[in-house]
Amino acid sequence: MATVFQGLGATAAITAAANPLDSNKFLLSSRRSFSGKKTSLVVVRSDGSLNLNTGSSAGARRLDQLVTNAVATKADAAAAASASKPGHELLLYEALREGLEEEMDRDNRVCVMGEDVGHYGGSYKVTRGLADKFGDLRVLDTPIAENAFTGMGIGAAMTGLRPIVEGMNMGFLLLAFNQISNNCGMLHYTSGGQFTIPIVIRGPGGVGRQLGAEHSQRLESYFQSIPGIQMVACSTPYNAKGLMKAAIRSENPVILFEHVLLYNLKERIPDEEYICNLEEAEMVRPGEHITILTYSRMRYHVMQAAKTLVNKGYDPEVIDIRSLKPFDLHTIGNSVKKTHRVLIVEECMRTGGIGASLTAAINENFIDYLDAPIVCLSSQDVPTPYAGTLEEFTIVQPAQIVTAVEQLCQ
Amino acid sequence: MALSHLSSTRSNRLLRPLAAAASSLCRPISTSTEPLVIETSIPFTPHKCEPPSRSVETNPQELLTFFRDMATMRRMEIAADSLYKAKLIRGFCHLYDGQEAVCVGMEASINKKDCIITAYRDHCTFLGRGGTLLEIFSELMGRQGGCSKGKGGSMHFYKKESGFYGGHGIVGAQVPLGCGLAFAQKYNKDENVTFALYGDGAANQGQLFEALNISALWDLPIILVCENNHYGMGTAEWRAAKSPSYYKRGDYVPGLKVDGMDVLAVKQACKFAKEHVLKNGPIILEMDTYRYHGHSMSDPGSTYRTRDEISGVRQERDPIERVRKLVLGHDLATEKELKDIEKEIRKEVDEAIAKAKESPMPEPSELFTNVYVKGFGTESFGADRKELRATLP
Repeated sequence: MATVFQGLGATAAITAAANPLDSNKFLLSSRRSFSGKKTSLVVVRSDGSLNLNTGSSAGARRLDQLVTNAVATKADAAAAASASKPGHELLLYEALREGLEEEMDRDNRVCVMGEDVGHYGGSYKVTRGLADKFGDLRVLDTPIAENAFTGMGIGAAMTGLRPIVEGMNMGFLLLAFNQISNNCGMLHYTSGGQFTIPIVIRGPGGVGRQLGAEHSQRLESYFQSIPGIQMVACSTPYNAKGLMKAAIRSENPVILFEHVLLYNLKERIPDEEYICNLEEAEMVRPGEHITILTYSRMRYHVMQAAKTLVNKGYDPEVIDIRSLKPFDLHTIGNSVKKTHRVLIVEECMRTGGIGASLTAAINENFIDYLDAPIVCLSSQDVPTPYAGTLEEFTIVQPAQIVTAVEQLCQ
Repeated sequence: MALSHLSSTRSNRLLRPLAAAASSLCRPISTSTEPLVIETSIPFTPHKCEPPSRSVETNPQELLTFFRDMATMRRMEIAADSLYKAKLIRGFCHLYDGQEAVCVGMEASINKKDCIITAYRDHCTFLGRGGTLLEIFSELMGRQGGCSKGKGGSMHFYKKESGFYGGHGIVGAQVPLGCGLAFAQKYNKDENVTFALYGDGAANQGQLFEALNISALWDLPIILVCENNHYGMGTAEWRAAKSPSYYKRGDYVPGLKVDGMDVLAVKQACKFAKEHVLKNGPIILEMDTYRYHGHSMSDPGSTYRTRDEISGVRQERDPIERVRKLVLGHDLATEKELKDIEKEIRKEVDEAIAKAKESPMPEPSELFTNVYVKGFGTESFGADRKELRATLP
């Protein structure tokens, strides 16, 4: 299935990333339309295929020249525009780093441990520069021993330190599952409240750009049953920084899910200090006809589809649930009571994913308000293949979202 | 009354008849703190380090404390055995009798700021760290008065204020946690150490070697103590480990093999280890010990070893008997006094059990407490949330 982007007559906005792009990750940033504040600029999906209304299918790699031209023109406009607005612009990984740095400055019990977080600067640059600033003991390069260093982080948290454990890829944390499940989640309970585990476990997950099956895992499915932990997923630079700060300050163990393909998103965030509520969902686009619940990268696919839907006359309400455990049933419930139709769009697999639990939770609590069964669009129950076209089939595409909404709203 | 000499206990047999005669004059138990030097049963076996001396400095008061503590632990474990058979304790119950010398000797050489973390055979370690018999029995029976409010059970005893970090059910998982404790000690620059205990079965876990590598790399003040009771549940060590010299398993990390049934040897080794580790990074101590009970209450303990072996060890190496002989040999107390201590302990244990039986079961609402820690300035109350705030604390 060729991916076709319905650019609403607007040009693609490609802002240059501050750092040289890694050849493996064509992460082109885009201006986010944030809660209806500004005009919408079309998101160009970051797989290198630019469809400027030509309708051609993906694979037009020779668009490199086009990219640079577009960057040049757009950058001017961007520069002119940004000078007058409050706040500062940065990429998502920089927002994470800013949050991390502010918390480390504020409380010297906060430390980071993970593979290549120190001298290398972090495999996704989230911790770049921190080792120089805070020293080796606060930004620890660990050997490749996930079980041991996650356990170590938990042990340190038991004494009162506030470690942040980075999994280079969330999939690697499967090796530390025992520590996360038994020790991280349950120690507060089994010790009768004696120990708190104020640890943050974070890392990128999700389906990337042809990374292969083992590096494209969605661990939120597996961790969601662990009692005692909180899970949040960030999707924009604004909520990335806010959630990072809130997670570090929380007394509970928090798992912060980032996404491999979202690190180079650019957004303007406030200068003043702020946090995001860990248990709250974010209203991305208010609407009347249908509630679309999503999180992390699928938010962008949903917003992509939302443009099409608006054109076709629908008014979807898009909520980024952000808090994967516990669900923000308050915001979700209010939305369901308004629209009476729910579509869940997630990247987890069909079986046992966040969407499955969310479907059950909404059905249990709000069955009386639903006019139609809840539809859950998830990834296919297959290991993520390497081939680009197959990989596209495994995850939910905007066209599928549009079709689902049309069917639900009949 | 205290005698200082450097000879083994055998030479004191001459003094016993005199002591017996003197006992009829109602001499009180010696509480003197005058130093006494006693040799350990066997020398230490080192690996890449200089072993400590065989001569251990102690004093009569300490020896009698050892006797009392170990006898209490022994009595407590046997009482737990009966409670389990009476179905007041359910699930898993792993008993420590036979191994008392390890935790008592360790306590004698450290303070409450040092951390201890162990696996599931933790009743006696908890007691040694300052737990009370009442807390232990209440927790074992799942009552509110238990140290974990009845929600942990036999394998989850913790005492944060005395540096006892549990109590862990999954074999080997406590060692990386112990690494974390040591890391925090190094981070905070305390001059304290962590003892991470594990068994001969856990010694084959990969996470142990991961933790060892990390501790040695960063010079963490951790002492890994292998309580080698020679059986990993039903599997003898020679059937599970290619190299049963657990003290050598650290390779680049020094090690020491200790007779774990000799409380003075354990004390000496732990003292040595603490000093070593604060200067040089981790060390492995292998405590050669033995458990009389099976692995847990569901294991009779005799299908994989002979009763002769068990009774043989009990006769020749029992830690309490060794201390009893020392005490009697050095004329620090009489047989009768020691028997009186044991009777007193028995009474204490029985009283604690009776009191624990009175402690109520946890309230149903306790099911949901302590899952999360509340209160960061952000609260959410589920589907009917009336209030939402997000403030910086």
